Amino acid sequence: MLNTSDILETINMIREENLDIRTITMGISLLDCVSEDENRLCDKIYDKITKKAEKLVKTGCDIEKEYGIPIVNKRVSVTPISLVGGSISPEGYIKVAKTLERAAQTLGINFIGGFGALVHKGMTIGAKNLISVIPEALAETNLVCSSVNVASTKAGINMDAIALMGKTIKRAAYLTRDDRSIGCAKLVVFANVPEDNPFMAGAFHGIGEPDCVINVGVSGPGVVSSAIQRAGDCDLSELADIIKKTAFKITRVGQLVAHEAAKRLDTPFGIIDLSLAPTPAIGDSVAHILENMGLTICGSHGTTAALAMLNDAVKKGGVMASSHVGGLSGAFIPVSEDAGMIHAVEEGALTLEKLEAMTAVCSVGLDMIAIPGDTGEDVICGIIADEISIGVANTKTTAVRVIPVYGKGVGESVDFGGLLGYAPIMPVNSASPAKFIARGGRIPAPIHSLKN
Amino acid sequence: MKAVITVTGKDTMGIIAKVSAVCADKGANILDITQSVLSEYFAMIMLADLTSLKIPFADFVDVLEELGKENGLAIHAMHEDIFNTMHHI
Repeated sequence: MLNTSDILETINMIREENLDIRTITMGISLLDCVSEDENRLCDKIYDKITKKAEKLVKTGCDIEKEYGIPIVNKRVSVTPISLVGGSISPEGYIKVAKTLERAAQTLGINFIGGFGALVHKGMTIGAKNLISVIPEALAETNLVCSSVNVASTKAGINMDAIALMGKTIKRAAYLTRDDRSIGCAKLVVFANVPEDNPFMAGAFHGIGEPDCVINVGVSGPGVVSSAIQRAGDCDLSELADIIKKTAFKITRVGQLVAHEAAKRLDTPFGIIDLSLAPTPAIGDSVAHILENMGLTICGSHGTTAALAMLNDAVKKGGVMASSHVGGLSGAFIPVSEDAGMIHAVEEGALTLEKLEAMTAVCSVGLDMIAIPGDTGEDVICGIIADEISIGVANTKTTAVRVIPVYGKGVGESVDFGGLLGYAPIMPVNSASPAKFIARGGRIPAPIHSLKN
Repeated sequence: MKAVITVTGKDTMGIIAKVSAVCADKGANILDITQSVLSEYFAMIMLADLTSLKIPFADFVDVLEELGKENGLAIHAMHEDIFNTMHHI
């Protein structure tokens, strides 16, 4: 029998501490849509997505109502479009992006991910054609998200691809200059990208996945933060234990929702992504967790250690609560989407360099960071190369989602609205790595013995 | 299925009567009630069997929420599994 305090604890987590299911994402393979004819390809893509995910939004809403837990986003991820489009023309790829947008609008979902390519070792003609029109595709659609994997621990780092992505990010910022350079908020550059990530903008349906799958992302920074606050002056061993127990409870709810969604949609369950995903709402911040752990402000010395412990405890607690864990699983640190991070940047306590260090011990990377609009392409490539090399050397996923906000500089800010939040423009070290980037080629895969 | 119904708010006369009347009317069989009043703050937790519920569960949730609003209370009905999975291994 349930006891009163357990029931009240659950209700308090949902009503007061912002516990929610961040996303139910349906992964759909488009490999059977391949066609030589662009129009035929688009028709097949539209039909498959709208048929497979027909009931996704309604099912999400039904579960939300029945279990009393908010399910914030319902999304779809698809096979990387470069694999489906093959050698169609760049214009053809824009057509596909618009088709994805139309399907997303029909379904009433929040985002559709997968307009991307895997180029960690090299680029096919299809990948080249797709990447060449990413800025246009993002400017002409609202719900389509794009990601490109430019490196892996096994393949090394494709520096030619990074050079291309620097250019792509700048052009996406320019083409969406009248709308806060929002195109860049829908574009992620990855190393070691997971194939089952339900979170945007980096979600896509990997090639080793079944035809259709349900992945669920849980959240709950507010719940962890409150639990730490209640714990008072305990030592870090005890604190780690409290975080583990809280993560377990959060993840159990995710598992329940995932299981129920998979059953109702008659689709196999894939994974739970046990991430602490913040929102700009008060009481839903990862930075505030770190501050509740004892830091004066996020970004101070000690931040990386606190984050490493938090990330590890969340995984340890979550793993036991779910039958399959995957995706990005860890604490997210997107600056514009976290009230505490925003405050720390405004106070000058949190810098780009510190964020980079933090990404070495948590999921996922330099995320939702607004930088001056006049930041050079070469500098952006340098930022990407640094972040990606952390992932490659440490056999983990890392990513870069920076927004060089057109026409804005340090001291100004940008409001993306909704879950994407608000960001002060962060200063960037402008010394040029142009010559290094221009060398091109591949940085070889790292050795995994002689660890130092 | 079974649902947990929670009722919280300022204490007034007849809260249990009103909630249980709605339950009886809609076909929800009350299995257990825990209730307390702490400095005029009313808190009740009910476990109800919904096997014979006459309306869809989503509508039942709305009816109770509406009843809560009319009486200055917060009333939530949730599937019991969310509590079971979170607190029992």
